[in-house]
Amino acid sequence: MGARSLISIRPRNRELLYLLPVGVLTGTGFASVYIARQSFVSWGSLGYAIFFLALYVAAHLVARFAVPAADPYLLPMTGVLTAIGVTEIYRLGPDDAFKQGLWIVVGVGLFALALIGLRRDYRSLENYKYLFGIAAIALLFLPRVPGLGTTVNGARLWVRVGPIQFQPGEFAKIFLIVFLAAYLREKREALAQARLKDVGPLLLIWGGCMLTLVSSNDLGSALLYYGIFLSMLYVATARLSYVVVGLALFVVGGYGAYERVPHVKERITIWLHPWTTHPVYCPLTGTKTLRQDCQSYQLVKSLYSIANGHFGGAGLGKGVFNTTDGKPLIPYINTDFIYSALAQEIGLIGSAALLLVFMLFVARGMKIALQADDGFSKLLAAGLTFGFALQTFIIVGGVLRVIPLTGITLPFVSYGGSSVVANFVLLAGLLLVSHRANSQ
Amino acid sequence: MNAQISRLALVALILLTALIGATTYWQTWATGSLAAKQDNEIQRVAQFRIRRGLIYASDGKTLLAANRAVKRGGQTLFFRRYPTHGFASQTVGYSTQGRSRSGIERDQNAYLTASNANLGTIFDKLTDNLKGATVTGNNLILNLRVGVQRIAETALAGKCGAAVMLNPKTGAVYVMASSPSYDPNKIESNTGYASILKSPSACPGSTSALLNRATQGLYPPGSTFKTVTAAAALDAGIYKPDSPFYDPGYCVEYGQKVRNAGNPEAPETFGHVDFLQAYEHSINAVFCNIGMKLGAAKITDEAKDFGFYDEPPIELPSSQVEPSGEYRFQNGGLHLFDDPGQMDPGRLAFGQDKLLVTPLQMALVAAGVANGGTIMEPHLVKKVTAPGGSKTVAKTKPKVWKHAMKPSTAATLNTMMQAVITGGTATGVQIPGITWAGKTGTAETNEPGVYDAWFIFFAPADHPVVAGAVVIEHSAGGFGGAVAAPIAKQLVQAILPTSSK
Repeated sequence: MGARSLISIRPRNRELLYLLPVGVLTGTGFASVYIARQSFVSWGSLGYAIFFLALYVAAHLVARFAVPAADPYLLPMTGVLTAIGVTEIYRLGPDDAFKQGLWIVVGVGLFALALIGLRRDYRSLENYKYLFGIAAIALLFLPRVPGLGTTVNGARLWVRVGPIQFQPGEFAKIFLIVFLAAYLREKREALAQARLKDVGPLLLIWGGCMLTLVSSNDLGSALLYYGIFLSMLYVATARLSYVVVGLALFVVGGYGAYERVPHVKERITIWLHPWTTHPVYCPLTGTKTLRQDCQSYQLVKSLYSIANGHFGGAGLGKGVFNTTDGKPLIPYINTDFIYSALAQEIGLIGSAALLLVFMLFVARGMKIALQADDGFSKLLAAGLTFGFALQTFIIVGGVLRVIPLTGITLPFVSYGGSSVVANFVLLAGLLLVSHRANSQ
Repeated sequence: MNAQISRLALVALILLTALIGATTYWQTWATGSLAAKQDNEIQRVAQFRIRRGLIYASDGKTLLAANRAVKRGGQTLFFRRYPTHGFASQTVGYSTQGRSRSGIERDQNAYLTASNANLGTIFDKLTDNLKGATVTGNNLILNLRVGVQRIAETALAGKCGAAVMLNPKTGAVYVMASSPSYDPNKIESNTGYASILKSPSACPGSTSALLNRATQGLYPPGSTFKTVTAAAALDAGIYKPDSPFYDPGYCVEYGQKVRNAGNPEAPETFGHVDFLQAYEHSINAVFCNIGMKLGAAKITDEAKDFGFYDEPPIELPSSQVEPSGEYRFQNGGLHLFDDPGQMDPGRLAFGQDKLLVTPLQMALVAAGVANGGTIMEPHLVKKVTAPGGSKTVAKTKPKVWKHAMKPSTAATLNTMMQAVITGGTATGVQIPGITWAGKTGTAETNEPGVYDAWFIFFAPADHPVVAGAVVIEHSAGGFGGAVAAPIAKQLVQAILPTSSK
């Protein structure tokens, strides 16, 4: 044990310290929900908090062993985000919270496996870049396979194998980032020359994304992949012209889709005019109704929910999510619309704080990219972090009517196993890069 | 690559900052307009999460509005029930899921839902929120007296009309009854609501039982308005109780004969009378001449001093309280106007012309005479108590509303109104042992021989503790003294101490 290992242990002690407030926050959150819903404090809520803390302490111990020098903030921030998510999911439906808890356990398990397996040198992944690229495309098209894919909420994103149902797109995202990091690291000089021959892959990927957009109705993911691709291309080549051309092509492609694809056109119309004063054609019922009672129903109800939070929020467990008849006001509230539920209960103070946690996470991720000293690591960290940021922006921005609403999950917060597990893998990636950068 | 990464970080953070900006927009600027959207059910649901305050009659025991708790979809909702099934229904009003609110339930919603700005209430609500307890509204204790209100409702049953009785010194409203009445528990269901809307059509025109005739019903006041005219004449100093008049049975206005009441071919004729007798026997011809002498402007000014052309400040929604005054039809609706040039002073003086008044306003006219010329604000709410009932949150204090006339004028009118019962048009309602005062009114309606029968009163005459008004709508051939006054007598007898009955 020399001086180096002493320095590298220090971040882990800080990490452990930061996990304490996470435990307290989780306990308080569950207690609030219990109080609001049952008018008395139950030891069960503390049980949840203790279980949560134990899980993260376990994750911490793995990190202590595998990546001792890694960034100490990311794991506690993940803890905060998952705790907020599980608390709100618990408030909306206790059964789902239990399942989400199980998925977090699986996520932490995969996180541990990734850290331990890749702790010596994750850069060996570079050698398998085409495998990752092919796997990403295969995963993306998996829901299109007859008998495997199922359609949920108008988009064909799910794969069902026996009792297990998952969204391969969540993993495709990470595989794509690994592939791009490796591929761009290798070809960056050539690409920087901007010869037509090298621009080919750009056009290929653009076409692929547009195809996904059109065929699976998954606008959110298409935007996400394309954004990740452009951002990593820019980081690798430093050519702004790629971004400009890429965005121009996206606008052209998007306009074409708006003209030709009814689903895209509908999304844009809902975004621009969610409320109508005169009845318009409603494709769901085939009759004429106000748009807020038909296509833009979810968006409008979600905005009402957010607005009802005001500055301080209704309080955890005290928001209104059901009618007087007990029917739910917002469909998909614990996945796509988890942010509207949270915004109502924790108010502007709480939602701004939540978004600040996301911003801190992104800031730490970008710092890791800056600190890394090889191209692959930089591209990997930047890609993972920007993907995380863009995914947050696409779903929350959609819910807030900043951009057209497309259904994807809010990382670590939304209900959904694939999303939680995939994001734990993303976290493992960032910690691996961070540890290597800090150990040099 | 670090320059690009820094720029990318900036882009990512700007995107996320935009989300904080957008959240701020929706949770601050946009809240009002979104809360007001018709399809926003959140506000509606939230109000049923609150356990509304209870409403009691003046005894603090008789429960007029209570709650029933219903558990639905993991939340406890509170809906109203009305244990008395229609006691003072229009006054208490209702608060339902489907049809919103009316009456005191609507006007006092802030207290009943603990959303008023009273410091103690804010503290209690905060504690409730922190404890996770249901927010519970403040209780209301009304001035309504159970026994007398019941007598009024029984007396009015089967008829169309209203009765108001209040304390002229404090403004406390003891009775506010309107017939036909309804059971507020039935409002919620469509069939129940329809049955309320189709209630007895004994009263042509507005047949709805939802109408609070005491504060919304507009009737020609007939001769009860002579009290206001007499006040104008006495205040102006032009007449005294012994001022002489000659009544030929009619008065001449605009070259036409305006006849006294009774058979138009052979109207009552009184000959030589004084001012007091003209009031006591309600002689239209004499008041017609007084009106022409005073002019419409003076009478209108006096009426305004009594509170006409103004909504009485009572604890009811503004939409359920009408001002009294001259009305005309315009653009398909009734509209107040106060231009004396458009009025007929002779007919105005005896309460016909285009005058329309509410029973509450006429009760306040009587209260003004009883209280030496000063009219107090009428109040339905006695006090507001914290949940549990032990702590008083707010107590209604007597407050002057109008200075209607000189104290000397009020004293003179007091004796003139006593004369109506001792020897005038209401001799049938004398109460042994009690001297009281009143004025009858028999207002012409659109149908010949069908009248709106009035009686305004206060008792006892020397130290009045109650003043009021009773109106019976569309009473066939019934005069105020014969139809409305007996109900007033019942109310007075019920409320005055047993010893003087």
